[in-house]
Amino acid sequence: MNGKVHGYGGRMTLWERLYLVEIFRGLGITIRHVIRNLLHTGDLPTLQYPEERRVYSERFRGRHRLMKREDGTPRCVACMMCSTACPADCIHIVAEEHPDPAIEKAPASFEIDLLRCVYCGLCEEACPCDAIRMDTGIYDLAADSRAKFWVDKEFLLNNTTDGTR
Amino acid sequence: MDLVLTTFLKMAFILAVILGLVPVLIWAERKGSAFIQDRTGPNRAGIAGIRLAGLIHPIADVLKLLFKEDVRPAGVHRVMYALAPFLVFFVSLLTYAVIPFGDYLEVGGRRIPLVVADLDVGILYVLAIASLGTYGIVMGGWASNNKYTFLGAVRSTSQMISYEISMGLALMGLLLVSQSLRLTDVVAGQGVLLWGFLPRWGVVIQPLGAILFMTAAFAETNRNPFDLPEGESELVSGYHLEYSSMKFALFFMAEYTNLVVASALIATLYFGGWNLPWLSRAVIEARAGVLLPLLLGAHVAVCALAAALYLRRASRERGKFGDGRDREPGLMAGVCILAWLAGLAAFALRPWEIGPAGASLLATVLQVGAFVGKVVFFCWFFIWVRWTLPRFRYDQLMHLGWKVMLPLALANLVVTAVVVAFV
Repeated sequence: MNGKVHGYGGRMTLWERLYLVEIFRGLGITIRHVIRNLLHTGDLPTLQYPEERRVYSERFRGRHRLMKREDGTPRCVACMMCSTACPADCIHIVAEEHPDPAIEKAPASFEIDLLRCVYCGLCEEACPCDAIRMDTGIYDLAADSRAKFWVDKEFLLNNTTDGTR
Repeated sequence: MDLVLTTFLKMAFILAVILGLVPVLIWAERKGSAFIQDRTGPNRAGIAGIRLAGLIHPIADVLKLLFKEDVRPAGVHRVMYALAPFLVFFVSLLTYAVIPFGDYLEVGGRRIPLVVADLDVGILYVLAIASLGTYGIVMGGWASNNKYTFLGAVRSTSQMISYEISMGLALMGLLLVSQSLRLTDVVAGQGVLLWGFLPRWGVVIQPLGAILFMTAAFAETNRNPFDLPEGESELVSGYHLEYSSMKFALFFMAEYTNLVVASALIATLYFGGWNLPWLSRAVIEARAGVLLPLLLGAHVAVCALAAALYLRRASRERGKFGDGRDREPGLMAGVCILAWLAGLAAFALRPWEIGPAGASLLATVLQVGAFVGKVVFFCWFFIWVRWTLPRFRYDQLMHLGWKVMLPLALANLVVTAVVVAFV
């Protein structure tokens, strides 16, 4: 950094104390910004949000989804590890018996209160069978009632990774 | 009868221009501040996809304010609370009565002066009305029964008192030079050349007075860097904090009409009013046959350029949004092409063979255009300064007003008086 730096309580030169000259210097700076932005509107850093979206990394934790087995049933075994790990207490699971005797349990209902969720990802880490993931990339959560943020098993099973829902 | 009719027509013209300027200024404030701060500014609201770079936003704002609830807080002084916004807005419009926006308009051999009321004491009227403006603010601030609005009102009063003195003293220097309080005389006196090449504008012969007057005008209109009555960082939003709906809108509009008044005053007193530099009325009328084709040519060139730019954008951004907004560049290009064709067609009417009546009309139109152009420039200047400078601290404001501007204005007055008396 060159030039004189004026700290708090530093003395200004007479030229600077005249104030008017410095005002016009400031006006010059702002008008340069106006002209540059008028001529190159496209170069503004603003993202025109609904049309343009920020691309996040693959590790970004978005809305949850439930994984499926090859036969289409949920991979979840209702072990309650995720709802136990959840610091926001937003996962609510009701277990039932699985028709396949090799598998002990299955979720009768699997509900997440998205308004309570803090998107910490502890449920993903707690899950022993990779049934819950947060890799959908969906971050624009909007609805016109609180009830719609209480999402059920069907909703979570149909979430996709391409961010379309 | 004629006098009444022409007066009403002039009033209608002035009202149309000012009330038309207000939404444009709100747009300029938002878009200008956005561009100064490297943002995009308003660009969403539109009618069937036509957004005009955000110009539709003021319409949406007004609609929103119209339908909002008009809350009246408990404990307000009902009459004053209701009266204050109207007073502010009404007073802000009053000043225009004496500001000449053109020389004269010749209709059927009669010359209509383009000023609503050509008062002998025009400048005194302006000063009197300008100080009335603060009454509405004080009434609103006091009647709201809220400490923030009250503090805003108090600040507005003290600021007005401090800066009105410098403003009046700066104006007296100009009065000594122009030898008249009548604004039409002041403007007419600026239409000649100094030493044959310099327009004898107020800013040329009274540069210090012009700077002082402009600074005081910023303070009188409560604009940054003197917007302490609003002071949103300390006073939430100052004197109009308790107002909502259209009452708030009136305060908001009054701020911009005040802006136009201050700009018009600066332009009238110090920047030649409706005078075009080096182009007096006689010159315009004598050279009308050259000027009009030149102007038409410029119009044609600008329209062609705008149409080309819009067409380029239309081809570049085809299907960018996937809705009505995609139509906008094409439609704008169409409008520009129509204006371009109209300009070309006007050449068929032989503009170089313009008659004396047409020449007189052209001169009037050019002068009114010059005045409006100057006013618009100073409005932009107000906005430009607002987004450049930080707000003064209160003691700095008082220091500037009493210890810097007042002595400077007095010195300016004395020097001017001496020069006028002995030279």
